[in-house]
Amino acid sequence: MEDNKPQLFKVTVDGIEVEVEPGTTILQAARKIGPEVAPPAMCYYQPLKGSGGKCRACLVRVAAGSAKDPRPMPKLVASCITPVQDGMVVENTTNQQVIDARNGIVEFLLINHPLDCPVCDQAGECDLQNFAFDHGKATTRYEEDRRTFEKHDIGPYIQLHMTRCILCYRCVYTADQITNKRVHGVLGRGDAAEIGTYIEKAIDNDFSGNVIDVCPVGALTDKTYRFKNRVWFTKPVDAHRDCPTCSGKVTLWYRGEEVIRVTARKNEWNEVTEFICNTCRFDQKKTSDWVIEGPTKISRSSVISANKYRADTIKPDFGKRLAAATYKPIDDKRDTSQLDIQQLPPERFAKTLPSALDKEP
Amino acid sequence: MQLTNRSKQVSNKEMTLAEKMYLPSIAQGLAITIKHFFMKKPTIQYPEVKRYLGPVFRGHHVLKRDEQGRERCTACGLCAVACPAEAISMIAAERKKGEENLYREEKYAAVYEINMLRCIFCGLCEEACPKQAIYLRHDRMVPVFQERDGIVYGKDKLVERMDDRYVRMNSEVKATPTEPSLTKAAT
Repeated sequence: MEDNKPQLFKVTVDGIEVEVEPGTTILQAARKIGPEVAPPAMCYYQPLKGSGGKCRACLVRVAAGSAKDPRPMPKLVASCITPVQDGMVVENTTNQQVIDARNGIVEFLLINHPLDCPVCDQAGECDLQNFAFDHGKATTRYEEDRRTFEKHDIGPYIQLHMTRCILCYRCVYTADQITNKRVHGVLGRGDAAEIGTYIEKAIDNDFSGNVIDVCPVGALTDKTYRFKNRVWFTKPVDAHRDCPTCSGKVTLWYRGEEVIRVTARKNEWNEVTEFICNTCRFDQKKTSDWVIEGPTKISRSSVISANKYRADTIKPDFGKRLAAATYKPIDDKRDTSQLDIQQLPPERFAKTLPSALDKEP
Repeated sequence: MQLTNRSKQVSNKEMTLAEKMYLPSIAQGLAITIKHFFMKKPTIQYPEVKRYLGPVFRGHHVLKRDEQGRERCTACGLCAVACPAEAISMIAAERKKGEENLYREEKYAAVYEINMLRCIFCGLCEEACPKQAIYLRHDRMVPVFQERDGIVYGKDKLVERMDDRYVRMNSEVKATPTEPSLTKAAT
């Protein structure tokens, strides 16, 4: 029996050791440790076979290839498609080279991104926004005109904004693997590559709405939710219903008493594991259609939690990093003569305030 | 015990004849009073005359229009989420064909309301705005409220009128990469 058990590989990510099965990717191993060391992923989507390896957001440095051959890999590798080997040592955020590479990736991804976040419905739950917030710069060096496309109408439910697309191919894989007949895909090559339907065809399939959920940016958004409200003003609630075609487990997004959007549930990696059908997503928008399970857990760092305070919430990472970056140690020997408070006579600074119980001197 | 070094010693000694007559003291006091008649007045007649409150004063909100008169606000909600008093609320709408000269972007604020009783004039909305759409005018105050109706300011009171434009002279606003900065020429 012992022999049938697959031998586990020992991997070290950022100094933390973890044992994983052979064939696991570096990204999966890092995710097993926890969100602190997991590399960001823009194109990789665990439930979709074959996804990954396109956006380069998850680049890591392999400091030691394996126990047998401990030489480092010469270049940074995409962690989402690189399988682990026994004794592999991976540097993720501990290596400056990786951080620099990711900063470059953000810059490249944002070259043609229109940055219309104030208009975009994805803002607030956008992977690119989060990635750029963690790794990007506030300014751009790009001066040329951004890429634009002719507008495609791809049906009554899904809105396509091609300018926002980062060509991660997640929606194509979704359409290939979840639905039985895909009618859209990537047309054109290189700079002209775009998501579209071949000869103005509407996307109509029971599960086509899932391309909205898998899209890491706002390229594919819900037409029935278009401009209804910002993500951070809506209240997510877990709910389910008896659905003949799908699992029926969804998140309802409330504004007041009104359900303004239905999405599939996302896990901590922002991935949908149980895809939902279009009936659940687009047609069932009444509270009476659903059985409410309770509020969705939202991480503190999400903008949805903005202005909502709870005692047990922890400060988001970027706040700590910002505080650390702007921290200035105070030099006690600096010239304080110009500060007003020091110009008051020293007797104004009594050590303790007089009390009525004190005896007159 | 001495609290400050400005205390004066008082005495109880007998007054002299000149002091007992009081007249010199009265004259002295009157002289001070009359002197004040001719001094420059530090007060101003407020409702008629208004003081300049400086370039950083935060007063009446204004929703800016751009140089072509289109509303800059796209109802992104960042002002509302930044507002510590939760005074701002809005409803977005999609721009229709033919409204391109009214609204700058494809989304606009159909309803934009600021509850002036809640607003604390902190200016965080101005700071949060990525489109340089909302400003707190440094040259105009919000009028004193007489009754509770009409305190929630809607777009009719907030959107900048083209004959009464607001220009921020010391504009050091940082523009987002795709947005030109709000210079005097851009307003």
